[in-house]
This record gives sequence, structure tokens and C-alpha cells, in this order.
Amino acid sequence: MSREHLDDDAVSRAYDHELARRLFAHLKPYRGLVVLAVALLLVNSLLQLAGPWITKVAIDRHIAAGDLDGLARLALLYLGVILAGFSLQYAQFYVMQWVGQRIMFDLRTRIVRHIQRQELGFFDRHPVGQLMTRVMGDVQTLNELFTTGIVAIFGDLLTLFGIVIVMFLLDWRLALVANLVLPVLFTISMLFRSRVRNTYRQIRSRVATLNSHLQEYITGMRIVQLFGREATGEEQYAKHNAATRQAHLQTIRYYALFFPAVELVSAIATALIIWYGGGRVVQDSLELGVLVAFLQYAERFFRPISDLSEKYNTFQAAMASSERIFRLLDREPQIQDRPAARHIERARGHLLFENVHFSYKPGEKVLDGLSFEVQPGERVALVGATGTGKTSVLSVLTRLYEIQGGRVLLDGIDTRELCLDDLRRQVGVVLQDAFLFAGDITHNIRLGEEHIGAARVREAAELVHASRFIELLPHGYDTEVSERGSTLSVGQRQLLSLARVLAFDPAILVLDEATSSIDTQTELEIRDALHRVMAGRTSLVVAHRLSTIQDCDRILVMHQGRLRESGTHAELLRAGGIYARLYELQFRDQAA
Amino acid sequence: MEAIRAFRTLKPYFLRYRRVFLLGCVWIVCTAGVGQVIPWLLGAAVDVLRDPARQQLLGPLCVAIVAAALVQGAFRFLMRRDIIGASRHIEYDLRRDLFAHLTRLSPSYYDRSRTGDLMTRSSSDLEAVRSVVGPAFMYSSNTVLIVSSSLVLMGWIDLKLTIFALLPLTGLSVVVRVLGRAVHERTLRAQEQESVLTGRLQETLSGIRVVQSYVQEENELTAFRRQAHELVRRNMRLVRAWGLFFPSMALIVGAGAILTLWIGGGQVVRGAITLGDFVAFNAYLMRLTWPMISIGWVLNLLERGAASMARINAVLETPPEIRDPAGPRSVEPMRGELELRGVTFAYANGPAVLRNIDLRVRAGETVALVGPTGAGKSTLLALVARLYDVQAGGVFVDGHDIREVPLRWLRRGIGIVPQETFLFSDTLAANIAFGSVDGGDVADLQQRIEAAADVAQLSEAVSRFPAGYDTVLGERGITLSGGQKQRTAIARALLRDPAILLLDDCLSSVDTYTEEEILRRLQAIMRERTTLIVAHRVSTVRDADRVVVLDGGGILESGTHEELMARGDYYAQLVEKQMLREELESDLLEESDESRAS
Repeated sequence: MSREHLDDDAVSRAYDHELARRLFAHLKPYRGLVVLAVALLLVNSLLQLAGPWITKVAIDRHIAAGDLDGLARLALLYLGVILAGFSLQYAQFYVMQWVGQRIMFDLRTRIVRHIQRQELGFFDRHPVGQLMTRVMGDVQTLNELFTTGIVAIFGDLLTLFGIVIVMFLLDWRLALVANLVLPVLFTISMLFRSRVRNTYRQIRSRVATLNSHLQEYITGMRIVQLFGREATGEEQYAKHNAATRQAHLQTIRYYALFFPAVELVSAIATALIIWYGGGRVVQDSLELGVLVAFLQYAERFFRPISDLSEKYNTFQAAMASSERIFRLLDREPQIQDRPAARHIERARGHLLFENVHFSYKPGEKVLDGLSFEVQPGERVALVGATGTGKTSVLSVLTRLYEIQGGRVLLDGIDTRELCLDDLRRQVGVVLQDAFLFAGDITHNIRLGEEHIGAARVREAAELVHASRFIELLPHGYDTEVSERGSTLSVGQRQLLSLARVLAFDPAILVLDEATSSIDTQTELEIRDALHRVMAGRTSLVVAHRLSTIQDCDRILVMHQGRLRESGTHAELLRAGGIYARLYELQFRDQAA
Repeated sequence: MEAIRAFRTLKPYFLRYRRVFLLGCVWIVCTAGVGQVIPWLLGAAVDVLRDPARQQLLGPLCVAIVAAALVQGAFRFLMRRDIIGASRHIEYDLRRDLFAHLTRLSPSYYDRSRTGDLMTRSSSDLEAVRSVVGPAFMYSSNTVLIVSSSLVLMGWIDLKLTIFALLPLTGLSVVVRVLGRAVHERTLRAQEQESVLTGRLQETLSGIRVVQSYVQEENELTAFRRQAHELVRRNMRLVRAWGLFFPSMALIVGAGAILTLWIGGGQVVRGAITLGDFVAFNAYLMRLTWPMISIGWVLNLLERGAASMARINAVLETPPEIRDPAGPRSVEPMRGELELRGVTFAYANGPAVLRNIDLRVRAGETVALVGPTGAGKSTLLALVARLYDVQAGGVFVDGHDIREVPLRWLRRGIGIVPQETFLFSDTLAANIAFGSVDGGDVADLQQRIEAAADVAQLSEAVSRFPAGYDTVLGERGITLSGGQKQRTAIARALLRDPAILLLDDCLSSVDTYTEEEILRRLQAIMRERTTLIVAHRVSTVRDADRVVVLDGGGILESGTHEELMARGDYYAQLVEKQMLREELESDLLEESDESRAS
């Protein structure tokens, strides 16, 4: 099976060098700010160390000497330190968040741009929801890593180093004694991490199973109810639910053991400091203030270590997200410009299909050696039974899908040699189901092309008779519509997309006529609109309505991915071939 | 915090685990209590150092500190195990109940809800609620205990010093109220923009065909960037408020430390307190730092949890529309007599799909439903299975209004093959046995599975799978073809041995030859039970006892194949067209065979 998996949760490593390298490359444009944030962090960490030091000075210099004025000055200094800490912490948070937001913005832009470049076949295989998760959820997870995770880790490490250094500065022997517990602490952390990593992996896979079971039942709830399987479903769900709970309870046990263990070690360190340091205070080889400062440092020493272990999950989740994002970004679009692709301004509109072979899936032929030619300005109808590949002809023309054999030529140039955007600008497409974008009517006619003025939008709408219903809308051309909860009828949507084509004024018109029944009035309007849109343009129409077919210069009859007949309506009827019989089958009622 | 009331749903769950929670509370108190001994021991140790007469006490004090930490650790372990553990149990129960409720909600509910949304409610929303029940509860009780007991102990050391040291704490309520409100409001604004951005992206991706055809990628990206930029702006607004939270807390605690140093130092100099008291006092103040800072975090958890709880409540409080009647009639095994009397039905807020339908089907009769797309054929079958309730008239089985009999009885008597086949990611055997009514013994079940598969013409395909009936389908298994799926669904319905068989266009993906084979074998089965069969192919319909043509929500004509042919109306024309098409297709097939041969 060669199916791509962009949503795979294969990652279980917490740290992958290559991934991390790519991830941190995103910090590059903000180097200056990151350095600033780290600097702020550094200064702030140093300030954090000041408290116990000030306490020490207070005890040894001022309290011992009864110097109340000095004590007040020291308190003032302390106030300065704390206010500075407040500002630095806020500034650092702000800068880092700003960088995080910018990175999210950049990354989202990049992913969306990349997704949009993918060929249409990609979207057939990847549901919109999954792609949305890449852009929204996974990027958010990375943001947490950048803003909270990394900063916290940096800050914690800095604090740790700072404390160790200050301890040694104060009294190296006492520092050695206090740090005796460090190896124990690291061993505990390592043990904890390896255990938690395993259970974390287990939780992930069990939650995934639980959720896929849920998703399946929600999707298939009708069947579940019809077959009276509610109870069995609940039983199975309970099983997955219990397995998940079990994995969580396991993790709780590790956490419940880890934190007290760290505190115990911390208490041992405190006891060591008092026992050894106290002994030296008694012998007068150590100032009491130093001892007190040590005690306060020891208290602060252990917080970062528990913190670091907590951050582990953030790290692991971020790695998984970044792997999913990079896997998506690494996927090359299967359809893209060739090097030195040719540009065209405006095509004359000559089309040639030469022995075109195409299939969506291997082994299921859709176009099987299709050949035909369309002259500039000619209006051609594509006719055939359902599933003979008519819509596919339209799709491969604009290279929404790539053909597997043969050639498609526009004005004598192989479409694969053309710049993709230029090619698509030549062709105006009206699809079976007219898709509406959120925005007003004007936006839906000109899309994002702001250079198409309001006058041209109106003109286009008037030409296809869309103006009549538009003007009846509450805000006319400014009325907001959207795909969901739209109040426009199918016919109105189609008129809008015809207006869109007119506004874009392409050299070639491609139309996939809707099969859905539309009332006679609208039908007449659409027919007239179509007539105007096709005038003077090469038109290729998948036609279901007799009226449309009769408006065309020539009819191409397709069957099983090949061209079987070609000619005018009268010619083909006279020939008594497939068209004549299709006519019998599909159009006779309409003619009546 | 109005929103907190959403948590009332959790009351029965708390009550269920009240023993564990009470125990947990005991551990919280013990943890905090023993923890408070440590600063006192520190203070004592410092005083001992200043008093040469008592220096032999230093060793025992050190041991006491370690011992206290050990005891505290033990309590902390129990606290975490019980409280967080209980939160996982509550999560389990709530998830189970939510699922159970989901299984009772009617199809109309699923028509108007999106799967993704329901998934979110049963996964991340549930987790957010759990965070309130477990961690938020634990940390906030811990905060309350540490803060209050520290206050008492500090007051014991020196009341005046305590009052000064805690003066800055009054700022806390201001910070929480003012900042809290700003953060709340700005979070909402940011979330709003996030859903705007999500909606925008969803639309671009859903309309990708139009986007690419009209070369709108750059324009779409520009629009996306504009919205994403607005999100950055709103997030930064939030950051400006949110970022003040932790530094403010640190500031408040720090200000306390300064006052302690200044005033407490003076007290020591004046001899009002000992240096040991001063150190202990400082240690108590330090212990306040983390609980204070965690207030912001807990508030955040609470807020998110409350919003999530409200979303979960919305599901739990939706009553199932299709329910067993209050006093169901007692019923006998289903015979399969079916009647629709004046049935009118519309989907929510939509136009009527069926209007005043009268249809009587004798037990054992086979009725074919024919008509154009949207005529209401599938809806009619859904009404018989009571997936929806009719708006007027009634559906009667064996003479009972189906709203007055137990739902289980009705559905147990019905075997349905829906238009769209839905199979589960399970083995083929499990999928076929999906509707097996009673346990029975395993060998017997396997036999019935094979018999049903045989009728559905599935056995041959199965024999080609290496794992046979144990072949796993779906994501982690193999993908069946459309026809194989339909045949599996047929086998699934047959295994139930139903009195009423509902077949909704269930042979559409099956080739003509297989269709005939399946129909031939089904004949015998259909003869014994009431069958409603929706079909487009005349070959499927022809042998029915009666053909009913639906159009525009009403019955257009009804009669045997021959009768309707004689009338020369809709049905006759349909048959004529199909014969023409078949003729055309077979001609073309021959032609293309010829051209391939040459």
C-alpha cells in the first residue's frame, strides 16, 4: 500500500536532532529578539539570586551589628531588585510571546501556501479536517514549545547554574556538601523520565484507539441503533476507556513518587547544610548569614528540576507536531511548473487532445486514448453516459489532475510546458456545484481580484441576469453570503458563477453543467446567460440540457473514455449512432 | 463566575467518589501540616546555633527535618494518588455516560451536529473538566491551606511583622479581579478570531478546486494572512494582560519579603524576636510564593474547564427524541404486517418530504419502491425503522403504532441495508454478526455468518482473503470494493433473521450478474418476510409482489409490474428507458470488444 500518511503518530522520541534543527531555523529571522529575550532572562535569573544574598548581608552586616539605617538601605535595594525583576520578567514574556506569535504567523502562512500548491488529487486523499489540524493545532503546539517550553528550560538551567556558582562564591566547602545530593537527583530524574516516556507513549496510543472507536460510533450511530448494538458499543468503549484510565493511573503513580522524592532529596540537602554548616558556624569558621542564604538557595534549587521534568511532555508533543508539519511541507506538489515554463498573455483558444490517457487510481481507466480538436471560438458540447470521463476532460485541461499519457495542447503548446497560473487564467471554469466563499456578492464574483472594479462586476451580473436577484437582496452587492447557511438557491449560485466567468473574461470557457433540476424560469435565464458567456470564446461544455447542446457548434460524444462521434445535433441524429440513442434516452422529454 | 455553575453536573460523580475525595482532603491537610513543620525546624536550628548550651540538638534537628520531609512525601504521594486518581475515575465515568447518552440520541441530532464537534466534546473538553476535578482542586486546596496555616504560624512568631509582611497581599484581590476580567475578555476576543481564521481556512480548502482554477492562491493567502495577523494582534493584547499575572504575584510576595527584612530585621535587633524566628518567618513567606503564583494558573484551568463543562452539558441535556414510550404495550414476536396511515414527514425546518402517505403491506409481501431522486423513498424506510418520528399520521407494525411499542422490539424485528454502507473497523465476521440478536454458541454463529454471506454472494470473495472471515476491515485492515461492502451489509441484515427486511438501493454497486445471483437467493428469504425494496433497476423490481412509485412525496401509482406496464405511466416509461439503455450499453460493449480485438 503506497498511501501517504501525513497524520501518522510515529514519533515517540522526545528529541530528534534533525527535527530540532529545522524547528529552530524558524527562530532565525527573530535572532535579535531571541537574544534580547535570553539576555533579559539571564539578568532576571541573576536578580532571582539576589534575595538570599541580601538576606545574608542583612543578617551578617546589619542585624548582627544592630545597624537599622543600613537595614533600611538594604530593603530599598531589595525593592529596586524586585521592581527590576518585575519589569524584566514582563519584558521577557512579552518579547518571547511576540516572537512565538510571529513564528506561528510565518509557519501558518508557509503551510497554507504549500497546501494550496498541492494538486487536486492530494485533496481527494487528505480530508480538510486533517489539513486544518496541521495549520491550527500543530502550529499551536509548537508555539507552546517556543514560548513556554524553551524559555522555561533556559530559565531553569540558568537559575541552576547561577545558584551553583553563587554557592561556590559564598563558601566552596559548604557548596560541595550541598551539591552532594545532585547525582542522586539526576538519577531520580533520569529514572522518572524513562518511565514516563513509556507510559506517555502508551497513553497516546490508547487515547488514539479510544477516539477512533468513538469517531466510528458517532459516524455509524444510525447503524448502531438500527442493529440494537448500543450496549455492545458501550461495552467495547468501556474497555478502551478503562485501558486509557489504567495508563493514566500508572503515570500518576510515577508523578506521585517523583515529586516527593525530589522534596526528600531537597530536605536531605537542607539537613546537610545545617549539619555541616552549623558545625562550622559554631566553630566560627562560617557566618550565620551564609548558612541562611544557603538554606534559601537550596529551596530554590529544586523547583527548576521538577519543572524540567514537567516540560518533558511539552517537548514530546512539539516533536510529534513538528514531524507532522515537516512531513507535509516536504511533500512536493505532483503538478507544478517545469523549469523555464512558458508564459502566455492571452491564448487564441485552440485546443488539441492527443491520445490522452488518464485515471484517478491505477487500473481504473477514465480517459483511454481520447483525441479531439477545438478551433478558437468554437463552442463544443461533451455528451455521454455518466462515468464516461466528461468531467475529467475539464479537469485535465487546466492540469488540476495530470494525464498519464498523450498530450493536451493549447495554441499548439503542450500544457505541461506552460506556466500553470497562465494556463489556468486562460480558462474560466463553471462547476457543477457552484461554490460560494464567505464574503459579499461582489467578492464572490471577482474573488480576490481587486482590480476588477465594481462597475465590471455589475456589468457581468447584469449580462447573465444575476443582477435581478442580487438587487432584491437586503444589501444588494454587499450582501454577505457563505457556503454554510446560504440562502441562495442552486440556480442563483449558478448565475453567480456565470457572472464570475464573465468578469474574469477568460479566452476559454469550461462548463460542467449541473444535472439537478432547476425551475423553468431559472432554466430560461441560465440558458440566455450561457449564451452570452459563450459568445466569442472557445467553449467546452459538459452538457446535460438539450438547450445547451443545441447552442453549441459541435457535439463530441464520449463513451468509456474515448471519442465516439462528432458533429452537429442534426448530423448526429441522422447518423443514428450513440448520440441518437442517448438523445432518445435523455433529451426527448426536454424537447417535448 | 457564573460559569462555575456548569459544574453542578459533576455532583453525583463527586458523591460516588466521596470517600476517596475525603481521604484526599485528609492527605492534603496532612501534607500541608507536616510541610509547615520544616520552616519551624529550620528556625529552631538557627537559634540552636546561637546558643552554645544547646548545640548538641543540631544533629537531632537535622534528622527531624529529613524525617518530616519523608512523612510529608508519603502524604503527598497519597494525596496525588487519591485526588488525581479520583479525577481519572470521574473522567472515565463521565466519558462512559457521555458515550451512553450519544448512543441514545436520535439521527436528527446527528443530522445537525458535526462529528468533529462531538469528538472535541468527548476528548479535549473532557480533559479540561478533569483538570478542574483533579489538579485544580488539589492545587487550590493546597494553596488555601498553605496560605492560611502560614499566616497563623507567622502570626504566632510575630503578629505585627505578619501584618506588615502580608500588607502587599491585599493587592492580590485587585490583581485577580482587574487582570482576571481583562484576561477573560481578551481570551474571548482571541478565540473568536481563531474561529474566524479556522473558518476562513476551511472554506479555502473546501473550495480548493475553484481557488486553483481561478488562480486565487495568492489572494486567498493574502486574505488568510490578514486574518492571521488580526489573530496575532488580539493574542498580543491578551499577552499584555496575561503577562502581568505572574510578575505581579512575584512582586506581591517580594514586597512581603522586603517588609519582613526591614521590619523583621529591626525586631531582631531590638530583641523582639530571635534570629531563628526571623529565618523561620522568611521560610514561611517563601513557601507562599508558589501557591500564590499557582492562583493564576488555577483560575485559567477553572475558566477553561467551565466552558468545556457547559459544552458537555449541552450534549447531556439534549433529550433523545426517539424514546421508548412511558408504558409500552406488551408485544408478541413480530409477524411483519406493516402499515403507513396518512404519514407526513419533514426533516427539521425543511419542506415536507412525504405527504399523507397511505401504504399497507401484508406480512410476507414484497413491495418495491421506485421513483426519482428526492422522492422520499429512503425517508420512508427510515420512518418504518423509527429513526425519525412522523409529524402526522402513524406507522403501524402488526397493528401497533410503533411509538407505543418498545424500540428494541421494533428494531430487533427489522433488518435494514442502508443506501450508504457503513462498516466498522473490525473483522468481517464481526461486521456480519453485528446485528446478531442473541449470544448463542460460537459454532452456530459462525455457521449463520457463512450462510448469510453465501446468500449475499460474499463467500467467494472471502475465500480469497488470506484470513477469511477474520480479515480486518477499515483503516488498519483491507479496503473492500463498493460491491463487497454492499454485500457485507446485506449479509449483516440477513443474519438478524428479521420479520421485516428493508433494502435501500442495496445492489447499486453490484454488477448485473451478481445482482441476479443475489436476487435469486434472496427470493426464498423474501418470501417468508415482509420486504420493502428501493431500487432503480427494473430487474430488481420486476419480481416484487407490488411496485409503488413515489414522486414529490406522494404515491404516484401502485400495482404489479404488469399492471403498471399496462397503465403506460411513469413506471412504464422508466422500464422502456432502461431497456433502451441496456441495449445501448450492450451494443457499445460489443463494439469496444471488437475494436480492441482488431
